[in-house]
Amino acid sequence: MPAKRNRQRRRVPAALLVPAAAGLAFLILPLAGLLARAPWTELPARLAEPAMLDALRLSLVTASLATALSLLFGVPIAWLLARGDFPGRSLLRALVTVPLVLPPVVGGVALLLVFGRSGIVGTWLHERFDVTIPFSTTAVVLAMTFVSMPFLVVSVEGALRGADVRFEEAAATLGAGRWTVFTHVTLPMIAPGVLAGAVLCWARALGEFGATITFAGNFPGRTQTMPLAVYLALQSDLEAAIVLSLILLAVSVAVLASLRERWTAVA
Amino acid sequence: MRTRPALALTAVLALAALTACGSGGEGDDAEESTLTVLAAASLTEAFTEIGERFEAEHDGVAVEFSFAASSDLAAQITEGAPADVFASADQKNMDKVVEAGAAEDPRPFALNQLVIAVPEGNPAGVAGLADLAGLDFAACAAEVPCGAAAQTAIDASGTALTPVTFEADVKSTLQKLTLGEVDAALVYRTDAIAAQDEVDAVEFPESAEAVNTYPITALADAAAPDLAAEFTEYVLGDDAWAVLETAGFQRP
Repeated sequence: MPAKRNRQRRRVPAALLVPAAAGLAFLILPLAGLLARAPWTELPARLAEPAMLDALRLSLVTASLATALSLLFGVPIAWLLARGDFPGRSLLRALVTVPLVLPPVVGGVALLLVFGRSGIVGTWLHERFDVTIPFSTTAVVLAMTFVSMPFLVVSVEGALRGADVRFEEAAATLGAGRWTVFTHVTLPMIAPGVLAGAVLCWARALGEFGATITFAGNFPGRTQTMPLAVYLALQSDLEAAIVLSLILLAVSVAVLASLRERWTAVA
Repeated sequence: MRTRPALALTAVLALAALTACGSGGEGDDAEESTLTVLAAASLTEAFTEIGERFEAEHDGVAVEFSFAASSDLAAQITEGAPADVFASADQKNMDKVVEAGAAEDPRPFALNQLVIAVPEGNPAGVAGLADLAGLDFAACAAEVPCGAAAQTAIDASGTALTPVTFEADVKSTLQKLTLGEVDAALVYRTDAIAAQDEVDAVEFPESAEAVNTYPITALADAAAPDLAAEFTEYVLGDDAWAVLETAGFQRP
């Protein structure tokens, strides 16, 4: 094993190594900047603040719900885009990625125009069910789902295109129905792609700021997620903002690392 | 041999990226006649016009504005962002800049007061703070000047009003009203006047308890110190006052 690893290491071409190192430095240095500036002595006091814990819990819950919604709707969308055969498919694919390009604040305004008090769907929801979405936790989840689902769709579609269709065809030949083929052949084949997409989606949802503050507003305990708390802390106290960001970073890295361990243990 | 073109390509791309970043930044100190002014978001309309008048009186001078929350701007200045003049919406953020040694001797040039902005025609018949009970209204978060003022005014009224959202700045607070998501918004009189096509302003006595003073100063690290001092004097002068008064500010 060690001999093999050594041989591989020697083979990394400089043309890859140099930009990789430069790129890594570019990605990691800002984090180092935050760590260097962090007031470590304040950390325990910040961790015990109920407002901080509220924001952290709200962030974790809403990002997870947004990921669940994205899986529920995103995987079928990805299947449609990868395997469907209908006119306008490439247009649809472009439309799905709109939230990736749209500035999140504009996304938030767009959501208000649809789901707001005087929005197309919002008016109906209000009159029919007496439900108002803006300024609620539901709005946070919707804003997160809107901006993060495309990440899942793009990864899952990529996985579906990379998967060998012959396995699905073989299963179909052996008498499996289309739904059985999907759940027993396709899904297991693309599982790594779905997981990667879900991780991307969760991470994006956790960091979501612009669409959330525009669509859901900012109310502690109800719509104030960690990024919003960080932004507001930044208005008065840079150090507090850094501490809050580091807590969010540490928690998300811990969650992702523990999940990864579980997946590799299964595989 | 095969790695050469790839390396060259990487180098070219890296260079292109670096130069693109370099010319895109705001720190173009090669051009001495450009004045960079960091100003509170609530000054957007007034300062844009004052800037145009200043440019008209000074040949070859271009005034560039960066409008944002005063606290954002103060943080940018103390972290070393290149700028010539700072106009804050409150004393607190100006003090931060002065304490950091980035400026001295700030001078007040305008006062601003809160009003209750309501949809045009005032459908809910709001006449004072007490009428906000039972309505959905937006206010700024306590971390920004307009939020601190809103909290002071609400405290002074003796009511226990809570907005449905604590917005990050006064423009997004007003935007929640113009988008129809709230029935009222606590904003500066100047912001309500700037949006007078869509909203009406209801004055309320408690806002006198929370008057914001706007100070201005030339920054110590100004690339164009003379021009910065000149612009500061201009803002304190009568020409600029005419613009500020129309915008709804009061004179200190």
